[in-house]
Amino acid sequence: MSIDVRIPTILRPFTKDQKAVTASGTTLSAVISDLDAQYPGIGDRLLENGALRRFINIYVNDEDVRFLGSLEAPVKDGDSVTILPAVAGG
Amino acid sequence: MSLTISRAFVDAIVEQSRAEYPDECCGVILGPVGKNTPVRLKPMINAAHSPTFYEFDPKDLLALYREVDDNDEEIVVIYHSHTETEAFPSRTDIAYAGEPGAHYVLVSSRKEIAPAIEFRSFRIIDGVVTEEEVSITD
Repeated sequence: MSIDVRIPTILRPFTKDQKAVTASGTTLSAVISDLDAQYPGIGDRLLENGALRRFINIYVNDEDVRFLGSLEAPVKDGDSVTILPAVAGG
Repeated sequence: MSLTISRAFVDAIVEQSRAEYPDECCGVILGPVGKNTPVRLKPMINAAHSPTFYEFDPKDLLALYREVDDNDEEIVVIYHSHTETEAFPSRTDIAYAGEPGAHYVLVSSRKEIAPAIEFRSFRIIDGVVTEEEVSITD
């Protein structure tokens, strides 16, 4: 199982400046757990109280995971997960 | 750090803020990686359509980052308008700021100062706001 994960600039301090890393898992939740095991602390930047943070967008291939079941979104070998900070404010 | 930006971009952003009033307007200026130079203005749709909030649509956001990557560009400026308050980052702006390398530009044309406008630029890193000088070139 190998999932390509694209890391945004703001989270690259966790990945030693790597723009892309690999992780494994069959759901987004499992992928995030694996990422956090490899790069401790990154999970906390993606999740809050067990849910995706409001100001982080995650996509499986081209689809926003909010339309795929959020943390339960299925992923499979060869998929690409892209993490982007929302561009938003007041 | 400081921001050097052309008069044409400043005028275009101000014009967009007026056209989309009373909603906040938003967009980016892209430039070649590592040059800190705004070259290509790209207005974005405020998916929130709100006078007090702006947000790039998640689909537009993904398309934007793909385009930037494909063109070896980076997001040099992220701009939005404040319609009734000063051109200074709000608490929400600070909470959401996710691009430590970008200049966060705010424009305000609130009626108290009309017809003047405010055009200011900030770095927002780890919740800390630092205003920077703006040099406008003709």
